[in-house]
Amino acid sequence: MSDSDEDNDLLFRLMQKNAAKIMDNVPWAKALGFELTGIEKGRAFAKVPWREDLVGDPDSGVIHGGVLTALLDNLCGVASNTALREPKSMATLDLRIDYMRPAEKGRDILAEAECYHLTRNVAFTHAWAYHETREKVIATAAGAFALNDISRWASGNEAVEYARKMLSEKPS
Amino acid sequence: MTRAEDLQAFLDRTPFAQFLGMRCEIMGDEMTTVLPFQKKFLGNVAINAMHGGCSGAFLELTAMAQVFLLSDLKRPPKPINITIDYLRSAKGEDLYARAIVHKLGRRMASVRAEAWQAEREKPVAALQAHFLVAEDG
Repeated sequence: MSDSDEDNDLLFRLMQKNAAKIMDNVPWAKALGFELTGIEKGRAFAKVPWREDLVGDPDSGVIHGGVLTALLDNLCGVASNTALREPKSMATLDLRIDYMRPAEKGRDILAEAECYHLTRNVAFTHAWAYHETREKVIATAAGAFALNDISRWASGNEAVEYARKMLSEKPS
Repeated sequence: MTRAEDLQAFLDRTPFAQFLGMRCEIMGDEMTTVLPFQKKFLGNVAINAMHGGCSGAFLELTAMAQVFLLSDLKRPPKPINITIDYLRSAKGEDLYARAIVHKLGRRMASVRAEAWQAEREKPVAALQAHFLVAEDG
């Protein structure tokens, strides 16, 4: 394994170890009740339980599209993070959502995202939201994320400092 | 009831609009929506940036409200798709938005909305959306 492969692996293992906390550091994800249920290299999975206060159509009880936007945006970001070879900060460049069918009242929404291409500056992603399987999809997303050098971040960010520390203490 | 009152009544009984706490300021057929800042809107606390999913949801509701205001629909239009461009980092401050309905047809509406904070000429996000406006759809 080359050095960069080791870093790569280490970054991902760090994310896996802290997967349960990833959404906790994002107030809007926490407010909407997002749960990260798993990550793989370049992929992320999440769940959002149905909640009365997230309903966008009071007559049908359907969850508002804006909740799906936030969920798929966030999950695409996480999937991109798992694909990174070095820690970088990330900002959504654009996001397209297609609404295929309404979510059903009272049911959890599941989602998965995939980062299918990565360049120095941009991560390209797809995501799906559904109740059971991707074949019966509620909404799909396509998002591009701008990747920025981590040194431009405000210092004192816990996650960044932690990643830096771990990377400088590479196990042999 | 006027169209503006219909819209307000719909927002008042829509849980997610209440969860966001958004407001509509309507002057005739013109509308500006306001999203008073709350801490839960943040996506990145360290750099005090609002979550893209929050500004996106606000823009989608703004676009929907504008279509509702200009149409005679009994129920709010259903979104078909949306594209959001994130132009600048939205800070932890109040957010404002306006929407323009480019076309209101018998079945589809095409809408553009922009959100800004301190300067109207420096939008933080722009949304392009299509809505289904057919009552039987």
